[in-house]
Amino acid sequence: MTEKKTKIKGNMIQRRLIPSYIFLSIVAFFSVFPLYWMITAATNTTVDVARGKIWFGTYAAENFKNLVANTNLWRSMGNSFLYAIVQTLLCLFVCSLAGYGFELYHDKGKDILFAILLMAMMIPGVATMIPLFTMMSKVHLLDTVWGFVLPAISTPFMIMMFRQNSRNFPPDIMEAARIDGLSELSIFFRMYMPVMKSTYAAAAVITFMNAWNSYLWPRVVLRKNEAQTMPILIANLANGYTVDYGMLMMGVLFSTMPTIIIFFVLQKQFAEGITGAVK
Amino acid sequence: MGGTQLKKSGMSVGAKQKAAGWGFLIVASAMIVVFSFWPMVSALITSFKTGSAANMKWADPVVFNYTRMFKDKVFMTSVGNTFLYLIIQVPIMLIVAILLAQLLNNKDLKLRGFFRTCIFLPCAVSLVSYSLIFRSLFATQGLINTILMNLHLINENINWLGQTGTARFVIILALVWRWTGYNMVFYLAGLQNIEYSVYEAAKIDGANGWKTFWHVTVPLLRPVIIMTFIMSINGTLQLFDESVNLTSGGPAGTTMTMSHYIYNNAFGTGVANFGYASAMSFFVFIIVAILAVINLKVGDTRD
Repeated sequence: MTEKKTKIKGNMIQRRLIPSYIFLSIVAFFSVFPLYWMITAATNTTVDVARGKIWFGTYAAENFKNLVANTNLWRSMGNSFLYAIVQTLLCLFVCSLAGYGFELYHDKGKDILFAILLMAMMIPGVATMIPLFTMMSKVHLLDTVWGFVLPAISTPFMIMMFRQNSRNFPPDIMEAARIDGLSELSIFFRMYMPVMKSTYAAAAVITFMNAWNSYLWPRVVLRKNEAQTMPILIANLANGYTVDYGMLMMGVLFSTMPTIIIFFVLQKQFAEGITGAVK
Repeated sequence: MGGTQLKKSGMSVGAKQKAAGWGFLIVASAMIVVFSFWPMVSALITSFKTGSAANMKWADPVVFNYTRMFKDKVFMTSVGNTFLYLIIQVPIMLIVAILLAQLLNNKDLKLRGFFRTCIFLPCAVSLVSYSLIFRSLFATQGLINTILMNLHLINENINWLGQTGTARFVIILALVWRWTGYNMVFYLAGLQNIEYSVYEAAKIDGANGWKTFWHVTVPLLRPVIIMTFIMSINGTLQLFDESVNLTSGGPAGTTMTMSHYIYNNAFGTGVANFGYASAMSFFVFIIVAILAVINLKVGDTRD
């Protein structure tokens, strides 16, 4: 009898949630549709795309062939991967080391320094781009991976994220390790890094995505065709006099695939990475 | 015994530890100084100069670039655009995001994970990509026009991106699409920190869903709301990718954002007006700073 009661109650709750379901379904549909359309458009001719076809076509191979013929696709994919991976590795190392230092060795001086560094969050990219461009051209780093990554390795956001998450790291472990004769640096490598695995995962996802998707700075620092990244490639594709929408969407698809895959595989880490510095 | 031993060893290596602590954070700190603070100082100096990139000299009068920008109609339009996007898009987006988070935080709701994933998905798409997708969707020969024609809502294709009003509308729509799920994630994280018992108590006190939302959820989420607000303002003031790739700033520069105009002045074809661009970028920095401080002040007042 009680089972029946709870079932009835459950039905009532579900019935009351019908407006929620409708609203959420509509929002979910509109959230996904443009991406669905992008994928179908990549398989259609530009004429079909313009005609409003929203189902898969058979022109994918042709669009792909055109894309390879008209752009530096593989080179740009390679560049994007190279820059994003280098930036992620260096950013994680430098910022986690700093977050560790700020939290677990904290004193008044370091707290003041931290507060000052946080102010860098307010500095707009468009304000630093000219001096950074001049700097990179002076040291001949234009069109190189270093020119791309150097300004993005150390960010207040990442340092803060590691600092906040370091609070969960038990100081007792450090004391024990010291008694065992471990140096301060090996405590970081052997104790801290393994314990902080999930923070590293979240930070890696978010840094990789940011690096992969960045656009303003690459446009400034990467002048040569051979150095360009995927976002620049697809932006250039759309700037032609007549746009081949099928080919363009194939390019967009290539540019989006890595981040979409990461999103589906590591969604939890991605969400943690976005909200990581606020706890 | 263990305690004294600990203390002793701590004392003898205390200085070493302190040095290690500084050593750990020095690289990151130095990089922020070199790649953020120093460029800011450098930009300030450059903003008082004129001439092309290669041979710059002090402006006469020194504040020339600053007075120039207030007389520059295109720049003023870009400031207006940026604020228009800010004032319309940010509130809509944040309200929808809170609402979605509130709906998804219901334990009785089925398919929660599915809805969350769908709504969060636009965040996986780069700004350039989604700009190009929206640009294609809203092209004169695009899907949106086709649908509207088939529904007989319009008689001829609308040139969405060719008219100021509709072009601005498309930018705002695109921004809402891209960032609502992003902000929702913050609110979901914030809501998870609110104990379920708080809601039970509100229910016992006879508060309905709407009342609970306004008097329980929103106040408890306040820190998160303020943070998303600051981030959204910061992001909107720096809009670049959308302006460049969705509308190309057009028609006739009427949808251009500040960052886009600054970029064009510094690195556009045939121009390298670093002094003027720096002055305008400093203007952006000051606005960002002022709005951030106001927000933090508002967030600080505890009732």
